[in-house]
Amino acid sequence: MSLVSIRDVRKSFGQNEVLKGVSLDIAKGDVVAIIGRSGSGKSTLLRCINGLETYQSGSIVADGIEVGGATTNLRELRRHVGMVFQQFNLFPHLTAAENVMLAPTVVNKVSKAEARAIAAEVLAKVGLSEKMDAYPSELSGGQQQRVAIARSLAMRPKVLLCDEITSALDPELVNEVLRVVEQLAREGMTLILVTHEMRFARDVGTKLVFMHHGKVHEEGVPKEVFAAPRTPELQQFVGQVG
Amino acid sequence: MSYKLQFAELLPYWNVLLYGLVFTIVLTIVSTVAGVAVGTAGAAARTFGPTWLGRIVAVYVELIRNTPFIVQLFFIFFGLPALGLKLSETTAAFLAMVINLGAYSTEIIRAGIEAVPKGHIEAGLSLAMTKWEVLRHIVLNQAFRKIYPALSSQIIIVMLGSAVVSQISAEDLTYAANYIASRNFRNFEVYLFVALAYLVLAMLTRSALRALGRVIFKAR
Ligand SMILES: Nc1ncnc2c1ncn2[C@@H]1O[C@H](COP(=O)(O)OP(=O)(O)OP(=O)(O)O)[C@@H](O)[C@H]1O
Ligand SMILES: [Mg+2]
Repeated sequence: MSLVSIRDVRKSFGQNEVLKGVSLDIAKGDVVAIIGRSGSGKSTLLRCINGLETYQSGSIVADGIEVGGATTNLRELRRHVGMVFQQFNLFPHLTAAENVMLAPTVVNKVSKAEARAIAAEVLAKVGLSEKMDAYPSELSGGQQQRVAIARSLAMRPKVLLCDEITSALDPELVNEVLRVVEQLAREGMTLILVTHEMRFARDVGTKLVFMHHGKVHEEGVPKEVFAAPRTPELQQFVGQVG
Repeated sequence: MSYKLQFAELLPYWNVLLYGLVFTIVLTIVSTVAGVAVGTAGAAARTFGPTWLGRIVAVYVELIRNTPFIVQLFFIFFGLPALGLKLSETTAAFLAMVINLGAYSTEIIRAGIEAVPKGHIEAGLSLAMTKWEVLRHIVLNQAFRKIYPALSSQIIIVMLGSAVVSQISAEDLTYAANYIASRNFRNFEVYLFVALAYLVLAMLTRSALRALGRVIFKAR
């Protein structure tokens, strides 16, 4: 039984078909690394999974919820499918703890005290216990991104979508974020990551997906795929970035 | 050129002046609160609401921003009775002020909402918040922080513009001035005094708004 099942999904922006029939099965505990050239549709695919984008045909079922129907309960879907972005997107008027507490209090209606306890727990997990009351502007990029991860974790998602979450970071800050993600992977969190960190994809990923021109061009076990890419497109891509 | 100032001639009318002053202050406070509420709703409708509602709001905003305030006021006070809606001078004055500031603040607040990064909205949605929850908890706070100075200026403009309501005999500060001048004929003293009163009022409003801003947006 897959946790996320994507069937022949097609998506266009106007005349521009961006996803041309994507199918993918993701099981509980999978760490899926999606790689591919700029414009190949990686972000769009991720955003379709949590309903930030709609698609024209095919189907996506995440944790038993059919995404993209007219009656889809997006709130229920997104309680189970978290997302972390390249640009952190922390709410600047709230402290780290308040950023984390917002959705539990507003969406899950837990008390302030309970939300604060959740914030303390998830911020400890990302190594930021000391920064609970700091504002985003007082944090480094790496710290901000870790708060953003903690903020998603506070909703206890079953799947976490990560769209190039280290791409906006200075190189020396990338590792602190990757370590947090690796820790999550080890604890069994299901992750779908769009990434340019090839080594991370190989070492931590359980599944590699290479997207090309809006299709899954090649997929498999990361180590095997990297060692012996079958298609010339992936060979070329790995040659360029790896 | 020698003119002897005789401010003492205003003294017998102190209660008229005081009444006018209080009227103008209350008019400003009420229309600020109600006008900003209308503006917030209007801006929310234009950015987060359904298209048809956004269109209606846009028409309202353009109608108000492209016509003189005094005409709006006359329309409400002298025009609407033709439709059977007869309002007192005071009610008409308050209504016109709210409608006017509501339109201007809709535009100002909308600009603030549109300046909030789209990513913050998507982050909120991804946390399972509805778009109205996102608006309330994430967008509006940031929007108001950004446009607070512009909104403050607009409130002062509206406060000074409120002098126009004296034209329908709503008993504001300017009405008091007209009233006194027509009785003691000390136009120079009367209007000089009232001009100073507006000046002080505007400066006090500015400081009050600044202080209020510091309290509301105390974080960081
Ligand atoms: N909101 C949008 N409106 C119109 N076209 C869009 C929109 N979002 C993405 N596209 C187009 O869809 C295509 C795929 O975009 P997408 O962001 O999914 O690519 P990507 O693989 O994530 O690329 P990158 O590595 O640069 O992030 C691009 O051609 C892009 O221009
Ligand atoms: Mg992308």
